[in-house]
Amino acid sequence: MGSKWNKSSLMGWQFVLLPSALILLFSFYPMLQSLLLSFQSGKGTVYQYVGLANYGRLFSDPMFKQAVLNTLLYLIVQVPIMLMLGLVIAYFLNMPKLRFKGFYRTAIFLPCVTSLVSYAVLFKSIFAVDGILNKMLMSIHLIQEPVAWLMDPVWAKVVIIAAITWRWTGYNMIFYLSAMQNIDPSVYEAASIDGASKTRQFFSITVPMLKPIILFTAIISTNGTLQLFDEVVNITNGGPGNSTMTISQYIYNLSFVYTPNFGYAATVSYAIVVMVAVLAFLQLKVGGEKQ
Amino acid sequence: MRKLSSLGIHLFLIIASVVSLFPFVWMLIGMTNTSSDIVKGKFSFGTMLQSNITKLLDMTNLGAAFGNSALIAIVGTVGTLVLSSMAGYGFEIYRSKGKDRLFGLLMLSMMMPFAAVMIPLFRMFSNMGMLNTPTAVILPSITTAFMIFFFMQNTKSFPRELLQAGRVDGLGEWRLFAQVYVPTMKPTYAAAAIITFMNYWNSFLWPLIALQTQDKKTLPLIVSSLASSYNPDYGIIMVAIVITTLPTVLIFFLLQKQFVQGMLGSVK
Repeated sequence: MGSKWNKSSLMGWQFVLLPSALILLFSFYPMLQSLLLSFQSGKGTVYQYVGLANYGRLFSDPMFKQAVLNTLLYLIVQVPIMLMLGLVIAYFLNMPKLRFKGFYRTAIFLPCVTSLVSYAVLFKSIFAVDGILNKMLMSIHLIQEPVAWLMDPVWAKVVIIAAITWRWTGYNMIFYLSAMQNIDPSVYEAASIDGASKTRQFFSITVPMLKPIILFTAIISTNGTLQLFDEVVNITNGGPGNSTMTISQYIYNLSFVYTPNFGYAATVSYAIVVMVAVLAFLQLKVGGEKQ
Repeated sequence: MRKLSSLGIHLFLIIASVVSLFPFVWMLIGMTNTSSDIVKGKFSFGTMLQSNITKLLDMTNLGAAFGNSALIAIVGTVGTLVLSSMAGYGFEIYRSKGKDRLFGLLMLSMMMPFAAVMIPLFRMFSNMGMLNTPTAVILPSITTAFMIFFFMQNTKSFPRELLQAGRVDGLGEWRLFAQVYVPTMKPTYAAAAIITFMNYWNSFLWPLIALQTQDKKTLPLIVSSLASSYNPDYGIIMVAIVITTLPTVLIFFLLQKQFVQGMLGSVK
């Protein structure tokens, strides 16, 4: 590599400098500001340094605890269900002889283009007490009387989970489908000749070969679930009695709904930072296996 | 036995498709009914479409909201494409140790939750006197690590000989980018455009914070505020939802191939 290459390498910096500066300015700088803010307290524009007081408050804040538990519950229940569902659907859609797969794929993927707000409001109307879902369930005699989906702390969480699953399953399915199309069909043929059942092939060939993609989708889904905001705000607004509130909504409320307390809100936001980092690290450890 | 399991698979996929499509049908039906019919779960088309549309236009500044959404989504997308492709190109074509390190650092921003940066961003734009402007909505995501990564991944398959040929012809580095790289990578740009447009068009939390007056609001903000009012009129809301959803559904059907490929490109 001569000096000409070095000159062109220097040239390369011109392409990356402005975009990188923008990310530093709009992501890293605010992150740093947030960290500093989390050691301050105050109202309006007067802030003072309070050391770890905000962090102390965090651990004795029942609302924070509730928001963390809700968010983790969504994470633990929803992400595995969604990923399994996406994987199974992709596996079916990848079967060579299956008919109508274009239709199925489009139908199942379509929810991904809706805005989070719009589908959240749709779900709210579908799950109304005398709404369409109750009416349908009653007409097939699955329930005797209407369920107050959004007024019950447990059912409200179920509705949120169902909603997120509806929106994102197709998204994950597409990733799996593309990865499956890269698996050599002769692997399956050989397995069939050896007498492995379809179920066996799914668990012994498909799942192991898709491990990197499954890891990728697990990380982005975890990240997304920890940041859950739009759906909860628009379906239940955190209710009934904070039973569906997420950490992001709590941060928003602390900043813009309750008496503004940016310092404490920043402290709560760092709880998400830590959780994202820890969970990503765990997932890489468990799923990565030194690749 | 084989017939049976294939039947089972079809049944499963049909149920999944019906569940996926149901809310779309529901909003189209809802658009033509009164609020009380919708809440009572009436599942047939009504005659209220025109009155719902009229009321929606009376109640909200829908034209302005549509315009705001379009402006933010289009300017944001163009800006993102220019900046992210520049970076993706720069990082991949002119590899160096320093650039690899910087790239790694930028990737960390993908892990940063928006909630952790929203307050400082809010203060930043407030200090600059830029709150309540489309610029405030556009700027924070005008370059994302994800899009840089996306362009970088796709640049790996870009034929370098084209650059050599261009250099022999005496093109400068910027003109190589603009006249050789950009036209060659059209499909990548198309996919990136769709994904970015949808992100801007559908975004809610940051616009909710950054945009404060009615005349600046975007469509998702209108839908949300209609739905969270004390006595929401679902007939009107359904019209607003259909209008919000229509552009992205149209784009999806027109450019389905690029869209799906775009998502796949990001994990290659």
